[in-house]
Amino acid sequence: MPKLIKRCLPVLVGAGAVALGALIAAAWVRTQENGGAMTRAVLEALPDSGVSNPVTAVLLNFRGFDTLLEVAVLMLTLIAVWALDLRLPRTEALPPSPVFSSLLRFSGPLLVVIAGYLLWVGASEPGGAFQAGAVLAGGCLLLRLAGRWNPGARFVRWAVSVGLLVFLLTAIAMPVLTGGLLQYPPASAGMWILLIETAATVSIAAILAALFVAREPEGPRR
Amino acid sequence: MIEWWVDALVGLMMLWLAWQALTSADLLRAVAMFVTFGLLVAIAWIRLGAPDVAIAEAAIGAGLTGALLLITIRRMEDQRNSGSLEKRRAKAD
Repeated sequence: MPKLIKRCLPVLVGAGAVALGALIAAAWVRTQENGGAMTRAVLEALPDSGVSNPVTAVLLNFRGFDTLLEVAVLMLTLIAVWALDLRLPRTEALPPSPVFSSLLRFSGPLLVVIAGYLLWVGASEPGGAFQAGAVLAGGCLLLRLAGRWNPGARFVRWAVSVGLLVFLLTAIAMPVLTGGLLQYPPASAGMWILLIETAATVSIAAILAALFVAREPEGPRR
Repeated sequence: MIEWWVDALVGLMMLWLAWQALTSADLLRAVAMFVTFGLLVAIAWIRLGAPDVAIAEAAIGAGLTGALLLITIRRMEDQRNSGSLEKRRAKAD
């Protein structure tokens, strides 16, 4: 039987890929029939969202709940990897080299500045927490590969969870302030979005970098 | 006019790189193909007018996933040298 499964597998994978392609095509056709009604709805509500980039407005304001769950899923992924307990050897640091350390001296600070820029510019231009977090995670990995950074367990845990914590606290505070779940007061919406995105950037960077290390930080469990 | 053949070239190269990444016997080569594929996908997103997705694809799809795949290859080699997961757990306990 395994031989038969092996022979059928490529056909099944191919059929699955074709079905997925058909689904995406159908979804695209449906949005075309819609005549861009969603696009118009987003652009009409944009002035109340606190930001001028429609993508950020959808991600952090109109569909903020989805993004909250996304941050939660990312954190759960990392917890699952930690729970697997792979007992990986500490081999990720590269042997010291002058080329790598001078590259690091240039690119380390530059990556932090780029991440900060992407976070800030996300309000009006393409950018945002996920992009900024990914760039920051790249910087963390470079430091890690150079063997220059070994943050403590408490720091890692706070960094990994601060994004979800701030997001959840906002979600709890909003029904009191405005009466709606994740519905920011229009006057200060931009500030709330920036607050959530800053915390999310730190967490996304920490989670992506911790996935690379793939080992629970040693330290006090509380 | 120029746009048309640039798009066609990016599309064809994406297909070729995806095929190379999937069928290459050398894992290191497959990862290099995958990272290049990710960068071309980012270009494709820009051409489709979605720069937000393009930045995310370049940073996460090409950069971090590539790094994760590379460290996985290295750890697979380490594991081949130092024994299986069960052995490592037994040694550490």
